[in-house]
Amino acid sequence: MTSRARLFRFARLLCALALLCAAAPFGRAAAQDAGAPDISAPLAQLTTNKYDDTEAALGALALSGSPAAAGIVTALAEGKLVFGGTPPRLFIQGEAGALLDPLTLQPVAEAPAVKPVRVNNRVRRAIDAANGALSLVSPDAGKRREAALAVGRSRDEAALPALEAALAKESDPKVKSAMNLARASILIGKEGITPAERIAAVELVGAEGNQDALAILRSVPDSAAPEVKQAAADAIAGIERNLALWGMAQNVWYGLSLGSVLLLAAIGLAITFGVMGVINMAHGEMVMLGAYTTFVVQEVIRTSYPGLFDVSLLIAIPLAFVFTGLIGVLIERTVIRFLYGRALETLLATWGISLILQQAIRTIFGPTNREVGAPSWMSGSFEIGQLAITSGRLWIIVFSLLVFFALLATLRLTRIGLEMRAVTQNRRMAASMGIRTNWVDAMTFGLGSGIAGMAGVALSQIDNVSPNLGQSYIIDSFLVVVFGGVGNLWGTLVGAMTLGVANKLLEPYAGAVLGKIALLVIVILFIQKRPRGLFALKGRSIEA
Amino acid sequence: MNTKGLAMTRPPALLGTSGIVFLIVLAVVAVLVPVLNLAVTPDSAVHVPTYVVSLLGKYLTYALLALSVDLIWGYVGILSLGQGAFFALGGYAMGMYLMRQIGTRGVYGDPVLPDFMVFLNWKELPWFWYGFDMFPFAALMVLLAPGLLALVFGWFAFRSRVTGVYLSIITQAMTFALLLAFFRNDMGFGGNNGLTDFKDILGFNIQADGTRLVLFVLSAVALGLGYVLCRFLVRSHFGKVLVAIRDAETRVRFTGYRAENYKLVAFVVSAMLAGIAGALYVPQVGIINPSEFSPANSIEIIVWVAVGGRGTLVGAALGAVLVNYAKTYFTSGILAPYWLFMLGGLFVAVTLFLPKGIVGTYYDWREKRRPHDDIPGAPIAAPGPAE
Repeated sequence: MTSRARLFRFARLLCALALLCAAAPFGRAAAQDAGAPDISAPLAQLTTNKYDDTEAALGALALSGSPAAAGIVTALAEGKLVFGGTPPRLFIQGEAGALLDPLTLQPVAEAPAVKPVRVNNRVRRAIDAANGALSLVSPDAGKRREAALAVGRSRDEAALPALEAALAKESDPKVKSAMNLARASILIGKEGITPAERIAAVELVGAEGNQDALAILRSVPDSAAPEVKQAAADAIAGIERNLALWGMAQNVWYGLSLGSVLLLAAIGLAITFGVMGVINMAHGEMVMLGAYTTFVVQEVIRTSYPGLFDVSLLIAIPLAFVFTGLIGVLIERTVIRFLYGRALETLLATWGISLILQQAIRTIFGPTNREVGAPSWMSGSFEIGQLAITSGRLWIIVFSLLVFFALLATLRLTRIGLEMRAVTQNRRMAASMGIRTNWVDAMTFGLGSGIAGMAGVALSQIDNVSPNLGQSYIIDSFLVVVFGGVGNLWGTLVGAMTLGVANKLLEPYAGAVLGKIALLVIVILFIQKRPRGLFALKGRSIEA
Repeated sequence: MNTKGLAMTRPPALLGTSGIVFLIVLAVVAVLVPVLNLAVTPDSAVHVPTYVVSLLGKYLTYALLALSVDLIWGYVGILSLGQGAFFALGGYAMGMYLMRQIGTRGVYGDPVLPDFMVFLNWKELPWFWYGFDMFPFAALMVLLAPGLLALVFGWFAFRSRVTGVYLSIITQAMTFALLLAFFRNDMGFGGNNGLTDFKDILGFNIQADGTRLVLFVLSAVALGLGYVLCRFLVRSHFGKVLVAIRDAETRVRFTGYRAENYKLVAFVVSAMLAGIAGALYVPQVGIINPSEFSPANSIEIIVWVAVGGRGTLVGAALGAVLVNYAKTYFTSGILAPYWLFMLGGLFVAVTLFLPKGIVGTYYDWREKRRPHDDIPGAPIAAPGPAE
């Protein structure tokens, strides 16, 4: 809407106010409670059934402060505001078509033939504005602040009187600052105010420093004084710098979030592939099994213990670990153990296993996506500055780091971890020291698989739980492990986070798909430079 | 045991028994199938319907593709998980030629632009589509597109001594990146739908029975020539170096060979063979789309080779035909839901119980029975103690 049109409407509003004063002595003032503001004039105006009058009446109602105003505006919005009789009177159509007095909401004695007050898009906009203005004086501080923000966004000059009236009465500092901001937003574009006032408004809005403020500042009229324009330009430049920084921070956050997903997906592989040297193509299916474990746990909870839904993930995590871990041990004992030292052949066998597992899940649960719900503490979001952070993503980052450090601690501090490292470093020496290498192999593969299963619990929250879930992670997982350096857990952590952040920082420039392609190419080139990954294990062997 | 030593001194024949048998069988099939299609009435029991001819033709192109994998995996030890990319590139080069042949017969009737470009509101042909209206150019690109990609990729990878698992993973990343790229409409290769609705090839209707027969015979000829080429390569001095690289790359390098150059040549030849296979595949199947780039496809190729017998060439071709025949047979019947169980089980069973594949196991068995026979192919088995 141009400022001219807004001005025009404002002028009409003033006319309506004048009319209100003029009409007051005549109308139906007797019917009103003593002390309540007189709104008979806008009520009379509503019965003329002209859009212009309706709009003007809405403006007047919004400013009136009458307790009945909100009900009338709502009735109009719902098409329940009717008029009829001679002279025309206004009613609200209640339950079962009964006609109620708009002020007292009591049924009227004699009911004339009525028709609803007509509404068009312009009137609907006026209804919204009136609702906004009415909530400005709502008893609920939260609602008042919301309304102030809405008014600031709409920047409707018509709302200025209501806003100023509300501002004068406001005591809550938070609401007051929101209202001040809204007022400044309106004033920036308003004509006929002094440059000093406008500059003050510009500064007030500029201090807000977000996307909305930017849009408001850009609307400083061309006719404004040069110093105002300068102030606006400065404020815009400042905000843009600020926003660019926040945008970067947001992308880094998205990147860390993606990195944590990659870490979760890859960390089990860092054991089965990185430590054991098995090219475990069934790794993705372990993740998938973990996700389906979550689904089954939630199904059982839904049908039998609905109260436990919020802890369903906490129950699913150990179950998924144990279940996929056992599957992993089974695979190791029946297939993998015959293939040690034939790395490339483990690829074929595990690929076969992955096909079998996928098809098994498809047979049992069907080929379609399964619904896995999010517990209440996983949903919702909050803001730090301009940074939007969803709780679910935050928990996934925390969880991925927890799993990572738990795994690190297991390998470093426990006896089985020590045995695992001994067996991978020198199998025959470890065997002669009395370590049961067969058993350690099975445990290691089970551990890697179990971790993949736990990852599946987390990934079920952000991805479709379908038999193909694992396939979408397997390539990324291998890239992370290879990029980070096979056999090095820290490499996996750094690799996952680097790839995640790099991906999200590339995305704004290249788009999602091209960014991903660019990243793949970068990793391919990186492997040329460092064929053993980011953190290569140092050794004296010529051929690793 | 110097009988074996004696055999070693005699250079193996260009084809060997199994190679001759393979080529004879191929020739018989290439003659018999068209005869049974044309000369036998449709109601006869031995009649071969045209769709079966195309199906068999498809198997033959797969066999050529498997051959190309065996050349680098069986003889150089390069496990490429991106061979499907070369196949698809060859296929796209042929598909682009076929698209240009549609001319005004497309849905939108544009004389130059393929339908999908009209649909995307493109005004002119992208530069990389120029020349594809000429068959010789397209045929050249069938070789050059995969060949150049392999040259660049291999040059980087082999020079940096990226080997083993690392090489496999980055070839997989390569085909995955191409998959994503070809899915994009902006790439100008038909995006998700790929290229299809072909009409003519060299002026012949692509749907006609005669064209299909010719394509089938051409596939058989290409497979035969490809086999002879691979066989020639692997039994030459060049091929011996390749096998040496497979078994002990560092030792070969220390002996003074530029191992990376040998690997690069083999890799490029293999990519070109895969490209030819793709180019023959597309007109017989009638479509090429980005899913051909999917990493799973490339892994499946590896499985064909493993089933037939790695490092035997004949085995690779046999494995491709057998696995794909089984796939066609089982995915169409009541057993369809169990096909993936079978395929998965096959992978596991072959790696566990038939590590040398069907043909490799047969060679072993024959060797045990007839110790005087010449060395077939290049056995994968770890060399025994020095004689």
